[in-house]
Amino acid sequence: MFELPSGAEIQSIIASLKASVGFFIPEIYLSVLFMLLIVIDLVTKSKKNILLSLITLSGLTGSLFFIYQQHSLQSSEFFFGMYVLDEFALFFKYFFVLSGMLAVVVTMADDQFDREVKSIGEYYALIVSMVIGMIMMASSQDLLMIFLSMELVSFTAYILTGYFKKNQRSSEAALKYLIYGAVSSGLMVYGFSLLYGLTAQTNLIKIGIELAATGADKSLVMMLASLLIITGFGYKIGAVPFHFWAPDVYEGAPTPITAYLSVASKAAGFALLMRFFYVAIPHSTATLSSIVGIDWVTLLMILSVASMIYGNVVALWQKNVKRLLAYSSIAHAGYLLLGLIVMGKFGTQATLFYLLSYFLVNFGAFYVVILIANKTGSENLDDYKGLGKTMPVAGAALTVFLVSLVGLPPTVGFIGKLMIFSALLAKGSVYLWLAFIGIMTSVISLYYYMLIPLNMYLREPQQATGKAMNTGIVPKVIMSVLMALTIYFGLFFTSLSDFSKYSSSLFGIVLQ
Amino acid sequence: MLSLIVFLPIIAGLIILAVPSSQKQIIRIVSLLAALAQGVLAVLIWKDYNPALPGITAGPNGSPLGSFQFVERVPWINLDLAGFGPLNIEYFIGVDGISITMVILTALVSAIGVLSSWPIQKQVKGYFILYNLLATAMMGCFVALDFFLFYVFWEVMLLPMYFLIGIWGGPNREYAAIKFFLYTLFGSVFMLLVMIGLYFSVTDPVTGNHTFSLVAMATQSNYIKDAILGPDNVVWRYVAFIVLFIGFAIKVPMFPFHTWLPDAHVEAPTPISVILAGVLLKLGTYGMIRINFPLFPEVFQAGMYVIGIFGAINIIYGAFCALAQQDLKKMVAYSSISHMGYVLLGLSAGNSEGMVGALYQMFNHGTITAMLFLLVGVIYDRAHTRQIDKFGGLASYMPVYAGLVTVAWFASLGLPGLSGFISEALVFVGAFSSVTTRYIAMVSVLGIVFGAAYLLWSLQRMFLGQRKPGAAYDVVTGDDGHEHIHFHDWNGKLDLDARELTMLVPLVIITIVLGIYPMPILGMLTASINKLVEVLSPVVLSQL
Repeated sequence: MFELPSGAEIQSIIASLKASVGFFIPEIYLSVLFMLLIVIDLVTKSKKNILLSLITLSGLTGSLFFIYQQHSLQSSEFFFGMYVLDEFALFFKYFFVLSGMLAVVVTMADDQFDREVKSIGEYYALIVSMVIGMIMMASSQDLLMIFLSMELVSFTAYILTGYFKKNQRSSEAALKYLIYGAVSSGLMVYGFSLLYGLTAQTNLIKIGIELAATGADKSLVMMLASLLIITGFGYKIGAVPFHFWAPDVYEGAPTPITAYLSVASKAAGFALLMRFFYVAIPHSTATLSSIVGIDWVTLLMILSVASMIYGNVVALWQKNVKRLLAYSSIAHAGYLLLGLIVMGKFGTQATLFYLLSYFLVNFGAFYVVILIANKTGSENLDDYKGLGKTMPVAGAALTVFLVSLVGLPPTVGFIGKLMIFSALLAKGSVYLWLAFIGIMTSVISLYYYMLIPLNMYLREPQQATGKAMNTGIVPKVIMSVLMALTIYFGLFFTSLSDFSKYSSSLFGIVLQ
Repeated sequence: MLSLIVFLPIIAGLIILAVPSSQKQIIRIVSLLAALAQGVLAVLIWKDYNPALPGITAGPNGSPLGSFQFVERVPWINLDLAGFGPLNIEYFIGVDGISITMVILTALVSAIGVLSSWPIQKQVKGYFILYNLLATAMMGCFVALDFFLFYVFWEVMLLPMYFLIGIWGGPNREYAAIKFFLYTLFGSVFMLLVMIGLYFSVTDPVTGNHTFSLVAMATQSNYIKDAILGPDNVVWRYVAFIVLFIGFAIKVPMFPFHTWLPDAHVEAPTPISVILAGVLLKLGTYGMIRINFPLFPEVFQAGMYVIGIFGAINIIYGAFCALAQQDLKKMVAYSSISHMGYVLLGLSAGNSEGMVGALYQMFNHGTITAMLFLLVGVIYDRAHTRQIDKFGGLASYMPVYAGLVTVAWFASLGLPGLSGFISEALVFVGAFSSVTTRYIAMVSVLGIVFGAAYLLWSLQRMFLGQRKPGAAYDVVTGDDGHEHIHFHDWNGKLDLDARELTMLVPLVIITIVLGIYPMPILGMLTASINKLVEVLSPVVLSQL
């Protein structure tokens, strides 16, 4: 029979909650912002609400201050071990808030919203709620919290994907996303329940200890649980073979959401995967052979290699730029996984660095795609013909971003690849074959990325439009800044690298 | 001073960025001034260069600068890698005998390329920005002594080249541009892996940290014994050598990686062909000499004859292909492949004569091929065709042109008294005196015969005899009773005009002077090559 807790117990629970709230300020702040946005939307009804976007932007900027304050706090767990605050989580807090801000900036530039959307109100609120969800994903240390935060992100993402209600593709994408998402999170929860059955714990650290102590990690059940759990994570990061939703969703969703999903949601998946993989799965980093139990490394290797090959090869045939970038994002999930496989501090640093570079470059690329679509009304490769002449800044910026996605110097993308491959080779020749595949597939990727500059510069437009394609001064400045940053961080990357290194410590585990 | 010579073009490029695109003349003049300033700097460097210092490796007392000259060395990037330690990348440039000749060649060819770009009318601003970016990257490659820096310059070359071929090229330019890009990228990505591997295997003797310095890497005692590319890991060292070699061989281009070159040349505009043949191909062999051989000397020793065989294939196969061409530019492109074969053959000899010959051949091929492509460009501008059988009897109508073509063609086939002869002779002397390459050299000599065949045959078909039916021009009798020829769509001077002469005459003079008195270049090379041969020699290797 259920026993009521005694007075003293309740007292201690309340005391612990009180202490925990102090660690939770950015999340509370963002929740307030979320509600505030809904209220403001109700009060001021207008079609394109510039006020709302500015409030979102400044509200998110404000949250950076609260996140910055958390640097002074000791890295620790709270809410009864449900939630952690460590350098790793802080990194992703910045990451998600910044990507939320960029998503707002990109949305403001997109003319399609004027045409398709009656009220923009809850859109920004949803972006904020997704930021909260992703921050929680990166900080969860408990199976229940992981599931809750993942669902928060997913549901928001479904709505945002289908935000163009009258647009068939957008609705189709949302439905596909929902079905795939529901199935994979269902499978993941099943995996969680098996894991709980094995260990009787939901806390990741305790699961790790329990698995190591009982040796249950070698059992068949654990194998099944691992496969099921990786389905959920693989879906979030968009890795092959859990990628089927990605091309359709990326193509159908509003482009700012595509950018947001391809960067932030993927990063959230990686944050979760890394924490789970490092903390809950017992392993020793001393040598590869001593990794016990179901071999997560092998699983991740398969995912990584399949993503790199499939993403890059299938992208070769794409005729739509958004779809092409979708396949490229699948491929990049493969490169990011390489850093995880190394499973050490260096690998983590490389992965985080790669995420930063991908963040900058991918947002830049989608931003330009939106600006071009505003003028031409299309995302087809054929309609990019001759754009280098009519939109010189956009053309140059997109070329720089694509070169960075290929991983050529002097761009930040090159340094990202360099870090990942260095992390692989630092382990000697064990992972050389993975580096080899990574290298070969980036040569393949050159071909399809270059299709865009090829159409922009090497081909003449089909019909002379004669229209001036002026994007306006603000987008030009934003593009130039992003382009300059891409090159600047390709030449002077110490700051980014030091930040990634600082962020590579996780609570509850010491990485080598 | 070296930094200035490297970055002058890019400064010019930034200035051009600010010039409105309608001011075509200003854009051209800015580029020309930068190129000329580069030339002046190259001459100053040449004047102050001390040919007695060898370079190549670290100095005898382990000094990390070795005996390189005009060295500039500042820390560029210092990182801390988690769980690994510091990562140091330096901005480290300097020259020794091998690179200084290439620096001079690059300055010369880039300046001539600017002059040759004068008639380009399409998107002049974009063209010169890319051109200047390319010029900086090429120069940077030749002076970089930090592998990371070298790699950055090496890759930065690709994108401008892609656009220069792709936007300003001929009808099939898209294909040629992407083929060039994919081939060279395929080669260089492996270089990236080897670079990382070398970084983990080499320590700087002074600081004890890992380093990207090519000078430290060229000194075998700096390797960690059991590291991935350390002396104990024989297999990986062989693999690294081979993939690096392929990366450079694609650039040379060596058979069977040569197929991008004829396509690129045929489609590229004249100045880009000049740059491509004059400088870019040299980067391949330069990379072998600077990186491949001194870093992996024992693999070089084991593979010398293989390199020699590929050199011989290049010489003979290139010559045969050239013999079969109808398009004059394609013929010159294949002749480039053939002549780069001599460089490979000279290198494979592994002795001073062969290597000096190879380096000298690189310089001479740069100047001679630049001349050949310029001359092809001259006739293409007038006739809008390059088919050899569309001409005939040109010598009597365009005597100056015919004269210069004759000099260039003879220089290319190695006529004594012109520079090509000396380098080819040295290559063969070297190859014959080495036991491993003696028989290869005997076969390769045939290449000279075939070379003479295609060059003389094309000369005969185009310049001697009478106008052929269906030729690209009409013969008209002028008012003065003399016969003239008239090209359709050409209103300029029939024979070479002042700009064309300004480009060609210096090259002709260089070819002749260096054919009679080669010491200005050879003198700079000798000390470095002797040092390199010593580093590569089996005697030194056995002591390691």
